[in-house]
Amino acid sequence: MKAAAFDYVRPPDLGAALRHLAEGGGDAKPLAGGQSLGPMLNLRLARPKLLVDVSRLRELRGIADGGDHWRIGAAVTHAELEDAAGKLEGAELLPQVASGIAYRSVRNRGTIGGSLAHADPAGDWPLALAALDATVLVAGAKGERKLPADQFMKAAFTTALAESEAIVALLVPKLSRARRLGYYKFCRKTGEFPEASACAIFDPERRIARVFLGAAQGAPIPLPAVARAVAEGGRAAATREAALAAVGAVPNLEESERRMRAAVLLRALQQAYPA
Amino acid sequence: MTAQGIGARVPRKEDARHLHGRGNFVSDMILPGQQEVAFLRSPVAHGRIRRIGKPEGLEHAVFTWADLPGVKPIVAQSTLPGYRLSAQHPLAHQKVRFVGDPIAMVVAASRAEAEDIAEQIELEIEDLPPLVDAQKARADASVRLHEEWPDNLFIGMSYESDFEARSRGAPVVVRQEVSLSRQAMVPMEGKAILAHWDERVDQLIVYSSTQTPHMIRVGLAETLGLEDARIRVISPDVGGAFGYKCILQPEEICLSWLAQKFRRPFRYVEDRREHLVAGANSRQHRYRLTAYADEKGRLLALDAEIVIDGGAYSMWPYTVGLETGQATGNLPGPYDFRGYRCKTACVATNKPGFLPYRGVARTGVCFAMELTMDAIARKVGREPWEVRHDNLVPVEAMPYDNVAKKHYDSGDYRKALLQVREKIGLEAWRERQRRGEPDGRLIGVGFASYCEQSAHGTSVFAAWGLSLVPGYDQATVRITPGGGLEVRVGVHSHGQGMETTLAQVANEVLGIDVADIKVVLGDTGLTPYSTGTYASRSMVMAGGAVARACEALVPRLLTIGAHLMQCAANTARYERGRIVGPQSEVSIKDVAEAWYRLPYRLPPDVDLGGLEATMAYRPKVDTGAFSYASHAAAVAVDTELGHVEILDYVIVEDCGTLVNPMVVDGQMLGGAAQGIGTALYEESPYDANGQPLASTFADYLLPGATEVPALRIFHIETPSPYTAFGMKGMGEGGAIAPPAAIFNAVNDALRGLGVEVTETPLTPRRLLDALARAKSGAGKT
Repeated sequence: MKAAAFDYVRPPDLGAALRHLAEGGGDAKPLAGGQSLGPMLNLRLARPKLLVDVSRLRELRGIADGGDHWRIGAAVTHAELEDAAGKLEGAELLPQVASGIAYRSVRNRGTIGGSLAHADPAGDWPLALAALDATVLVAGAKGERKLPADQFMKAAFTTALAESEAIVALLVPKLSRARRLGYYKFCRKTGEFPEASACAIFDPERRIARVFLGAAQGAPIPLPAVARAVAEGGRAAATREAALAAVGAVPNLEESERRMRAAVLLRALQQAYPA
Repeated sequence: MTAQGIGARVPRKEDARHLHGRGNFVSDMILPGQQEVAFLRSPVAHGRIRRIGKPEGLEHAVFTWADLPGVKPIVAQSTLPGYRLSAQHPLAHQKVRFVGDPIAMVVAASRAEAEDIAEQIELEIEDLPPLVDAQKARADASVRLHEEWPDNLFIGMSYESDFEARSRGAPVVVRQEVSLSRQAMVPMEGKAILAHWDERVDQLIVYSSTQTPHMIRVGLAETLGLEDARIRVISPDVGGAFGYKCILQPEEICLSWLAQKFRRPFRYVEDRREHLVAGANSRQHRYRLTAYADEKGRLLALDAEIVIDGGAYSMWPYTVGLETGQATGNLPGPYDFRGYRCKTACVATNKPGFLPYRGVARTGVCFAMELTMDAIARKVGREPWEVRHDNLVPVEAMPYDNVAKKHYDSGDYRKALLQVREKIGLEAWRERQRRGEPDGRLIGVGFASYCEQSAHGTSVFAAWGLSLVPGYDQATVRITPGGGLEVRVGVHSHGQGMETTLAQVANEVLGIDVADIKVVLGDTGLTPYSTGTYASRSMVMAGGAVARACEALVPRLLTIGAHLMQCAANTARYERGRIVGPQSEVSIKDVAEAWYRLPYRLPPDVDLGGLEATMAYRPKVDTGAFSYASHAAAVAVDTELGHVEILDYVIVEDCGTLVNPMVVDGQMLGGAAQGIGTALYEESPYDANGQPLASTFADYLLPGATEVPALRIFHIETPSPYTAFGMKGMGEGGAIAPPAAIFNAVNDALRGLGVEVTETPLTPRRLLDALARAKSGAGKT
């Protein structure tokens, strides 16, 4: 299928882009890497009248050291994050997650902000950024606002973004050297969206213990009880029973789904606390 | 010049253009004034068309069946008893019978604009209850797909040979039920057609991505009411076909009609969504087998019930009887037993009409038979390979007529099995299995053996009662003025490398450098008639014809050559491109120079056929040259995630004389990748309303480079006694055994848990569900 007719603009700066979005109302849509929007256009599932190309906006580009956090431009590609391995001290999970997204050809174009805004339940960034307790910097006609990443995604393909807003950057707090990271996803084949995913972040120095389950029906699901238990008990607390119990809190799962998700959660926890 | 004939590892002549992106596919073609065509397809599975409202002001751009007077529907004839005719209108007439059934075609300057118009067509369809499940459609005739039928049965077949006597009192009885899910074939290039009317030659020219250009011409002549000579079908570069493109396509008729009517070029290129929806047309079989064996697992008799979900229409020209007959006749496989009873039903449902996908019914029958073989082994407590070995037709019995009257020409089936067991290293895997994996995964090893009827000819197709049956394949060869060679054949090559391998055959006879041999395929205007490329036939049939045609030139070369050397013809001899006399020798180049440029040098009694010959060929015995193989898979099963990893995969195959070992390996590899797809990934599921649930690659998973392990392929070479050079067809074999080998390996891994999986594809969900059921006490899926 071919996309229905649309107009395309590539504004020179963020202000102009936001004006286009405001003027277009619900009929204007930001375009970054187009890795999800492109197919949706071709299938005529998305039918915007105007595409506002934000992929080259200076304000949305680049990775900057913000002292206690990293500022990642919304239009930074997965490939750029993948290639930043070894350079993002305290945010080592970002390159790790980026390197596992789809295929390199998708990573070359797809962006972190675009992925978050698209809000696919099985997406990597909604899960990882929620677990990392990142902050989403959003701009609209009325100026900028900040939202916690774990509050950003509301449901499948639904976010807290207003129609005329765009994500500008992600602010990812730096973890200490004592950090313990676990990220596990199960894909039927390389490059597919996962059947199940989980992310576990522990930082004893900063008193951080955050565990989230991804690839759920909607937004990533926080699992604070198992996070607390493993933060206190370490590897010994990362058991199959604990994982099954944690996943049991997720509604509407059939036995086989529960089993798969529990296994994925357990593997993420065990990555954080290896034997 | 190094050896380039039969058996040489000649790099493929076609690779350079494809690797550089310089091929010429229909999508690459642009003719002046070309219009693009989009189809409006049925959004419902089963319904009666009440109204098709063309958008106001755009009526001229929209065509329905009512606009195509004189065009005949596709009706695939067969004289098989009980076979029911289905009329497939290229654009729906009165009823729609599957989601994706073409209803209207729209013409515009671009595909996007054509789709814009298609969206505006108003459809009023009265919903009818959909037939989604073949067993239910078979049992209940209250809703009928084709109303003039008494029920929903396309065809039923039954076969029986000494079943009662052989099965009676058998000490071991094993019951097995297996099923395969519906699939699409997913060639890299989908359907694509560009049709125009060439005023100069007063001919309809149809570029179609097809395997069978001559047969399509026959079909178009029939449905459009044009004399064949007014139609030229050209199959340009084709990006894979797999059976999807060996039948007359409704879109070919529609585009040809447009070109004939409006005398300008029209193009249609199928997109992925159309393919996955309207092309979900293969593999869906269900088997219920009962095997009767002795205490050692030696098979005595087999009882089978097969149900094929035939979809809405019977394809032209093969009919759904092809799949039904292949399933019934090929189920006994490579095994030696004498009691057989099989009932096969092909049922009409609201899905795309069943097409013959690479391997045809054999992927299904191999899956059913090989899972049964393992079940017998479990029951008698022996290694599956041992039971398989004892049941395989022994080499001493060749040629062998099996219980279903298939005539196996040659081969050492047991040797392939023993070799694959050795190559996979069964004992080492058994040891590793006993040791257990550090990560808790379970190890399993599985085997699968099959034999594959290839290059079957007239008698086989005639027995299916078809209206168009393959016979002699022809080849034209023509020595050029420069001493090179043109080879023209009516088959087509769409990944098989025949531009190279047919040149190798010609080289074997004439010794002309492969680089100087031009093979022309796939064009009714340039090549002699052939039914085309399907059923693993082209290397044997077209290859045989090329050899015969080249051989026909030899006496002529000898006569002219002797005259050039001024010696008596009976004192000269021919040695692969050289004409050697008592004192001197001349080459084909010298002969060509005399014939074309310096004809005063020719003898007065020169053969007036010149340096060009057309010869026909069919094998001495036309019931097929049977290739065969044994596959072995070693897998690790993650019972927590339901994931299967293939750790090693070995193929030992015998396709007779290898024309080009690299091409054979490539065919095996591609076929096996598709077999892995059937085993683990590919599925076109439908909901209760007959809506397809996998319409994009997000839902229809294919194996990619990371899912196909480095296959290890080994060859045995047993020449067929019936074919030129002993060649056998082998284009399909790779796709036959992988589901069976992989499932047997998984079941081997899960044996300790009392779990058996029996339904393709083995998704994590199916595997985990089976494990959950086993836990609750009901093991089998």
